[in-house]
Amino acid sequence: MEIKMDLISEDKINSMGSTEKLRFILDGVKSGNIVILEGGLTSEEQMKLIELTMTEVSDDFPGIEISGYQAKRSFFNLRRKPRLTVIGPAKVMRTIKKDKDLISAVVSAV
Amino acid sequence: MKLRKRRKGILSRLLRALFFRKVPAKIGIYGPPNAGKTTLANRIIHTFVDENEDIGVSTEVPHETRRAVRKEGVLIDLKSKSVQNPYLNANPDSNVTSTPEQKPREGKSKLKLDIVDTPGLATKIDFHDFMAFGLEEKEAKKRAKEATEGVIEAIKWLDDIDGVLLLMDATEDPYTQTNIVIIGNLEARSIPMIVVANKMDLAEAAPQRIADAFPQHAVIPISALKGENMGELYREMARRFR
Repeated sequence: MEIKMDLISEDKINSMGSTEKLRFILDGVKSGNIVILEGGLTSEEQMKLIELTMTEVSDDFPGIEISGYQAKRSFFNLRRKPRLTVIGPAKVMRTIKKDKDLISAVVSAV
Repeated sequence: MKLRKRRKGILSRLLRALFFRKVPAKIGIYGPPNAGKTTLANRIIHTFVDENEDIGVSTEVPHETRRAVRKEGVLIDLKSKSVQNPYLNANPDSNVTSTPEQKPREGKSKLKLDIVDTPGLATKIDFHDFMAFGLEEKEAKKRAKEATEGVIEAIKWLDDIDGVLLLMDATEDPYTQTNIVIIGNLEARSIPMIVVANKMDLAEAAPQRIADAFPQHAVIPISALKGENMGELYREMARRFR
């Protein structure tokens, strides 16, 4: 079984509204894709994504695996700038190791 | 819009802090499933309310708590016997050392709080995981459905919470996305928090790993089950949530 990966540019993500962005990600993941976002999602957006995911959990879709680097502080340490975020279906993706600057995940077809 | 909403949240918290101190702060116990949230909530209730009262049931099955439970008006008394002597309930076999006693200032030794035990936060809930604990398929699916509702409820409670005890299992890798997302949200909302490294009584526990992962936050190692180092946690709660 092939697994598709969508690498989404920061410009594409920034052009979407908050709800549209989360819907776009979740639709991709529910189709079985691994979605990689340049620029990443903020903590608040990730929490909203978890909330949205929970409303759509079913026997066939147990949820998502999400991984990302901790946000970088910028602008006199006031603003948190998210970095890369990886989201995949929990059925096929599993994070095995993660630290501040490394994400190691396995993707296995079911 | 989002910034305005956040500013409003910070402003209302500040106003409440200045003018409405009579209302007990609502302290949420957050964390991933099976970190020991309900065990900690029960420990707090046993110490300060009634030793026979439980806020919820704790088992090894994940997502045992699927509804947030609030216990109102818990009076944290730092002068009570069990807080004054942190070794009162300690496991004598444990080799964990406590931090030096810090005597509370006169008149600052009592703090009234509402304790909110929340369902565990997770990004996935698979009914097969419950079947591994011996549940029938129908029951496992029902539990999974309730667990998803529990996660949503825990997230919604963040809008009403004044402080958080973020529980982590000290035997596991703390650098999970769930922990990072919770911390990021609390920081963005300026909600005070204490990171609690639970299960320090277990041989494989490594609370220092949690402190290293989140150096910007206070980390208190405890064993909610054995009652170890609870005095230090209560004193930190009094300092942070007053």
